[in-house]
Amino acid sequence: MSMIQPELVCPAGTPASLRTAVDAGADAVYCGFQNATNARNFSGLNFTTTEMRGGVDYAHDKGAKVLLAINTFPPGGKTDLWKIAVDDGVRFGVDALIVADIGVAEYASHNHPDQRLHLSVQAGASSAEAIQYYCDSFNIKRVVLPRILTVKEIKAIHDEIPCEIEAFIFGNIGMMAEGRCSLTNYITGVSTNMDDICSPASHVKYEEDKARNLTTKLGDFTVDCFNCGENAGYPTVCKGRYLVDHREEPYYAFEEPVSLNLTSLLPDLMQAGVTALKIEGRQRSRAYVRAVVSAFRKAVDGYMAGENPELSGLLALTEGHRETSGAFGGKRWR
Amino acid sequence: MNPSRKSKIQNLPRILFAPLPLPVIEPILSKVVRTISHNRPELTNRLGVHKYKSFVIDPINMPFVLLLQPNPDDPSLKAYRRNRLPPFDARIAGTLLTLLDMVDGKLDGDALFFTRDLIVEGDTEAVVCLRNALDDIEGSIANDIADIFKTPGRAALAAVRRIKGEQQGSYEHDPA
Repeated sequence: MSMIQPELVCPAGTPASLRTAVDAGADAVYCGFQNATNARNFSGLNFTTTEMRGGVDYAHDKGAKVLLAINTFPPGGKTDLWKIAVDDGVRFGVDALIVADIGVAEYASHNHPDQRLHLSVQAGASSAEAIQYYCDSFNIKRVVLPRILTVKEIKAIHDEIPCEIEAFIFGNIGMMAEGRCSLTNYITGVSTNMDDICSPASHVKYEEDKARNLTTKLGDFTVDCFNCGENAGYPTVCKGRYLVDHREEPYYAFEEPVSLNLTSLLPDLMQAGVTALKIEGRQRSRAYVRAVVSAFRKAVDGYMAGENPELSGLLALTEGHRETSGAFGGKRWR
Repeated sequence: MNPSRKSKIQNLPRILFAPLPLPVIEPILSKVVRTISHNRPELTNRLGVHKYKSFVIDPINMPFVLLLQPNPDDPSLKAYRRNRLPPFDARIAGTLLTLLDMVDGKLDGDALFFTRDLIVEGDTEAVVCLRNALDDIEGSIANDIADIFKTPGRAALAAVRRIKGEQQGSYEHDPA
């Protein structure tokens, strides 16, 4: 099967990151506003309306696209913020809106029928039937697939749906109940999907003793303890190491500190019909964006040229200094 | 470079600058923070409520720490001996070069945390916010600081970067 040049979709947490991603070779960047419409509503990150307009201009001047994430679920009776975000995005000329909520999708498709819509991973649409429903109802042009499918399963979905597929290829990976995870909510009362992110920084504490042993805590719960010199991971509940009665040693109950890296599966994904390759990490720095985007730019271009490009040097940016191909390579969670 | 030599070079500033009386550098630090606050207003905009917090910047291979209060109405950067620190909201610690490279967008804060090269203590949200705000500043804050002191400042920074070049690199790939 021949390969179609995929779009490299890159994270931008700040205007500077957007420019860095574009300059490093991103075909498209995804970003969001500084408010509750954005599933990555971190402290100190994201875009004002003025910055978004400037970011779109910068990207378009350099031939790159901007995908605006409006990918949270408005609470009842409080939809105005989401409608304003949709209207602003259209007015600024973004190339697509990434939506998760069916009400937001309905508003966008009804009021802006010419605006391209992508279905966020937060919608958790992982079957051909679910994706078909979104396409039929809201004219969705692309689905961002949850990170729970094998390449073979992605190919099967591709053959049954009328829209493009975007798949994650690098970055943070958890238990992957995307859009539906309530672990952080259980511990902190703050929703991963509505308020901030897994393990919001406001509830995280790091305690390092004089011997440099590190304890990471979320709320009142200890998530992990790292010995001096041991590589650490994010303080997320699904990557925690826990003591339980039936085991002598603490163990990773759900997932381990590790990052997704699908370098070796890129040709398979491209042959499976994946249209866009997505890099996770809007919370990461310009240094991360520059390194990861330029490395994958080189890799994708190499594969398209029929070469077998070597992609190394990204291990330094991975959680716990470990990589996995996750579900794409066949992993099934406990 | 072998670990022992690397450790000795890293800790050299702590020995060299130990006799330095802190009142000597107070006017310099004051000028640095006021210049950055004036030239980079977007930094305090991004800090939001955290602009009123106090941050200890702890270059672990220096004989003093810095207390940063970014409040744009009265920005302050002061040096303290470690055993005489006033109360603070958050502490960020790493070698001087690590901290400089992170501020200048050459190293990733999360990756430094994973490898335990960056230590965070206290108000984690304030630290994350400060890191994100600094990362949105393009150009080099280190260069800005060096420029304040003209030729001697630029020469000192060049020397520091030569040492850095021997010790560690960034993650940069050649996009070409």
